[in-house]
Amino acid sequence: MTQRKSTTRMVPVPSHSIVPERDVDKRPVLETRHLGIEFGGLKAVEDFNLTIGRTEIAGLIGPNGAGKTTVFNLLTKVYQPTTGTVLIDGKDTAGMNTVQANKLGIARTFQNIRLFSNMTVEDNVRIGLHNQIRYGMFSGIFRLPSFWSGEKRQHEQALDLLSIFDMQDMAAMKAGSLPYGAQRRLEIVRALATNPSLLLLDEPAAGMNPHETEELMENIIKIRDKFQIAVMLIEHDMNLVMGICEGICVLNYGRIIAKGTADEIQSNPVVIEAYLGKRKED
Amino acid sequence: MTLFLSYLINGISLGSVYAIIALGYTMVYGIAKMLNFAHGDVIMIGAYISFCATQYMGMPAIVSVLMAMAVCTVLGIVIEGLAYRPLRQAASLAVLITAIGVSYFLQNMALLIWGANPKSFSSVFDVGSISLFSGKLLISSETILTVLANIVIMIALTLFTGKTKIGKAMRAVSEDKGAAELMGINVNATISMTFAIGSALAAIAGVLLCSAYPTLQPTTGSMPGIKAFTAAVFGGIGSIPGAMIGGLLLGVIEILGKAYVSTELGDAFVFAVLIVVLLVKPTGLLGKQVHEKV
Repeated sequence: MTQRKSTTRMVPVPSHSIVPERDVDKRPVLETRHLGIEFGGLKAVEDFNLTIGRTEIAGLIGPNGAGKTTVFNLLTKVYQPTTGTVLIDGKDTAGMNTVQANKLGIARTFQNIRLFSNMTVEDNVRIGLHNQIRYGMFSGIFRLPSFWSGEKRQHEQALDLLSIFDMQDMAAMKAGSLPYGAQRRLEIVRALATNPSLLLLDEPAAGMNPHETEELMENIIKIRDKFQIAVMLIEHDMNLVMGICEGICVLNYGRIIAKGTADEIQSNPVVIEAYLGKRKED
Repeated sequence: MTLFLSYLINGISLGSVYAIIALGYTMVYGIAKMLNFAHGDVIMIGAYISFCATQYMGMPAIVSVLMAMAVCTVLGIVIEGLAYRPLRQAASLAVLITAIGVSYFLQNMALLIWGANPKSFSSVFDVGSISLFSGKLLISSETILTVLANIVIMIALTLFTGKTKIGKAMRAVSEDKGAAELMGINVNATISMTFAIGSALAAIAGVLLCSAYPTLQPTTGSMPGIKAFTAAVFGGIGSIPGAMIGGLLLGVIEILGKAYVSTELGDAFVFAVLIVVLLVKPTGLLGKQVHEKV
């Protein structure tokens, strides 16, 4: 397998984060300030500050139970934070619900696949397109011309999105009958269909073999380049994280313990300690 | 033989009404995962509205049905918004008890408005009846219309859930509420829509039911409601074709049971079916096995 390494130059921004040099003049796609949530006194995430550049591929890593998925749930408004704020595209999301956050441009996939498994592959993608469809129920029931043109556009759009992963031939299959790897890819397509500016991927490579992971890495970069969006991923596969993530954020016990590029993270003693434990004093 | 045929036709007619009511139960269960026990009473309200429109306002039959549908649609949305939406995160038992409460509320409201005396509902449909086997077998206009209405509703609903954007959103919400929300689907609006459709269907069922069995009182809706619920469970709750098949079978079983075994035990047959189904195939005829993820 080819070893890759991101060559992006990262530069610091005022909010104590780093973003790729090419994004530094643009409004960041995501900014969190002192974000935190408590579950009955347990601080699951605390003082989480992160800025993600407009076209950055960012990684969120940490040992099991560090609070990574909780961060995703906070960003997508599945949980409301107890402290701090989330700014998507510069807009404060305080008090918003999941649907409103999605409309602002945040979409995600799940750690355990949550497709609509009894619907076809194409219909799954179309659910993602839901808010971009512009015909009403009336024309839908009575099959007016606006319905048919909308239908046709939607069909083409869905196939177009599926073609990113070469899945257009599977459009008529039931989502639940797809092989595991294809289901993971379909989840990404469905999330992309909501037209996000930030795509959150929760362990996209889980259960994939090295070859599939390699393909996934290429596809994540391809998606970023094609749609000019930011991607943030949670992943345990360090080959993937170190290979494509430009800025990496390490979480442990709900707190950020390190932020930096792949090289910086790999040589950071605090990170090594969190993953492997303390070196014995000799 | 003609006697059996006429029982069968009556059974299909009654079963069609059960099927239309069962659709309301099954759609709401499929999407909101709750049993709306007030559904039967929405039927009764629909029948009263149609009764008032024809008797007191002299409206033509078709207008009275449309009025009943409009009132019930609004009623369904209001019930969902006021009584069930605040309990979206609550335990399912709390929602169930609320539904029973709403049911009694509607019955007593009808008692207050229209009184306890049964109203005699004159059939709103008159398209002539069909006479077969030189008059030995008479198929009434209500029967024809009921079966026709059932077929039309079934086709319309299948197209609606399969082809339209809102229908697709409904299927998505019924499969995974959380994921649908994260894809930008407004779950509350989708649930409201489901209640609206279910209640409009209930209004049609109410008019059809009272055209065939013309006594109308505040408790008219409860027995057919519970039987339609049985039909929904029989067919597999959450499944639209299941509600259809369950309703038809249950109607036929009830009529044949009443005709050949015992008139008094007719209702008992219906609930015996429920018990047997729950023992033998708890998911119903077309119900899906639920796999719990661990």
